[in-house]
Amino acid sequence: MRWLNSFLYLLRSLSLWDLFRGLRLTARRLFSRKITLRYPDEKTPKSPRFRGLHALRRYPNGEERCIACKLCEAVCPALAITIESEERADGSRRTTRYDIDLFKCVYCGFCEEACPTDAVVETDILEFHFERRGDQIMTKEDLLAVGDRYEEQIAEHRKKDARFR
Amino acid sequence: MPDWMTDLSVWLRVGEILLGAMVILLPLLAVVAYYTYAERKIVGFIQMRLGPSRVGPRGLFQPIADVLKLLTKEVVLPAQASRGLFLLAPLAALVPALGAWAVVPFDDGLWLANIDAGLLYVLALTSLGAYGIIIAGWASNSKYALLGAMRQAAQVVSYEIAMGFALVGVLMLSGSLNLAAIVQAQSGGILDWFFLPLLPLLLVYLVSGVAETNRLPFDVVEGESELVAGFHVEYSGSAFAVFFLAEYSAMILISALTATLFFGGWLSPLEGTQIAQAVPVLDSGIHWWLLKTAFFMFCFLWFRGTFPRYRYDQIMRLGWKVFIPVTLIWIFVLGAARYAGFTG
Repeated sequence: MRWLNSFLYLLRSLSLWDLFRGLRLTARRLFSRKITLRYPDEKTPKSPRFRGLHALRRYPNGEERCIACKLCEAVCPALAITIESEERADGSRRTTRYDIDLFKCVYCGFCEEACPTDAVVETDILEFHFERRGDQIMTKEDLLAVGDRYEEQIAEHRKKDARFR
Repeated sequence: MPDWMTDLSVWLRVGEILLGAMVILLPLLAVVAYYTYAERKIVGFIQMRLGPSRVGPRGLFQPIADVLKLLTKEVVLPAQASRGLFLLAPLAALVPALGAWAVVPFDDGLWLANIDAGLLYVLALTSLGAYGIIIAGWASNSKYALLGAMRQAAQVVSYEIAMGFALVGVLMLSGSLNLAAIVQAQSGGILDWFFLPLLPLLLVYLVSGVAETNRLPFDVVEGESELVAGFHVEYSGSAFAVFFLAEYSAMILISALTATLFFGGWLSPLEGTQIAQAVPVLDSGIHWWLLKTAFFMFCFLWFRGTFPRYRYDQIMRLGWKVFIPVTLIWIFVLGAARYAGFTG
């Protein structure tokens, strides 16, 4: 049987059988549906859990949610968050400084998970950039501004995901 | 002053030849530009991508943008390079690739030169292109380029013999070295074309042609993943563009030659039938030549999209241990058939 096998192998390789099969496969692919996404024009759908740019939220009455518990600072694996706090005139504790260094941040979402008041969140914004050195450190004002601007969207995404949290 | 220099008819003839060369080469350059576009599109499609789609409608201006980019870039001369050879190499690659077009018959009577040893001329010129690559690799004084050149030298000796033998088969059937005569010897319809009696030789020729132009799967000379860019690592800007041009015009040339030598050039597959006589488009003409050439040009891209690169000892094994025996046997078979009275 060995000679038969080697004869069949010879026949197979000389007839280029395998090569033609490969060509047939690629010829089919030639006409198949393309999976390219023309990026800025078309975008992939994002999950409500998407972890992008950070934001600090407020309550509907305008009071900031963050109570300076510093859990996010403690849990942050990249040490990207810096918080300083003091007592306000009304006796409540609030942050005086809340910086996130976006170059250090690994977008793990632990800060959001740790937050007892849902104050710090990660939005689904992924297209952002910095034009000057130092801009990558988001200050409290920057973060609150993001939160104010996208509150509706942020709230909607939290609501969609609430079942799993 | 010698007599011929004052003879007006000589200069008229020179002008005529130059004009003819322009008529062939300028469209060729345009075809090369859009061949690169076709390549990126087709290989993209095979990989389920879209290919270039940004510059102009459907990316159609992409090759123009590429050409502009290449021409406006600086040609960097490596400090340790051999200057003269370094600059000569791109030309040494380009000139044979363009020169061989002189004898390609596009239609009955439509050619620049109808020389009797056309087949030899073509074989010689397509082989000369390898020297440009070897010179480039040597002159660059770079280890990657040198390795590329070395591989080219090894590759050339492996497939060139088989390629020559494949053409001997054509020669035996047509009884002529003249390309136009070879096409005419194939007249009579699709069954009279040489690809049927010469099927193994056709395959050998096509594969050798792919190797000759250093296209995938035989692009060990460039081998991006192994040699950075092989022989042309040190080339940039328009010097690189010339290599590019040489490679692509060589690909088109091999396609054209395959169509001419094995598939009846300008001849219609329906030649002589009543349908061909009734519908003029189906009768022989340059459009058949274009169609056949375009098909083989597509095949080059198809192969690129399908086959992974051969290791370079595998190429040599293929050349020496498969192609040469196959061609030798087939030539013997052909000779025996002719002796027994079969005519191709």
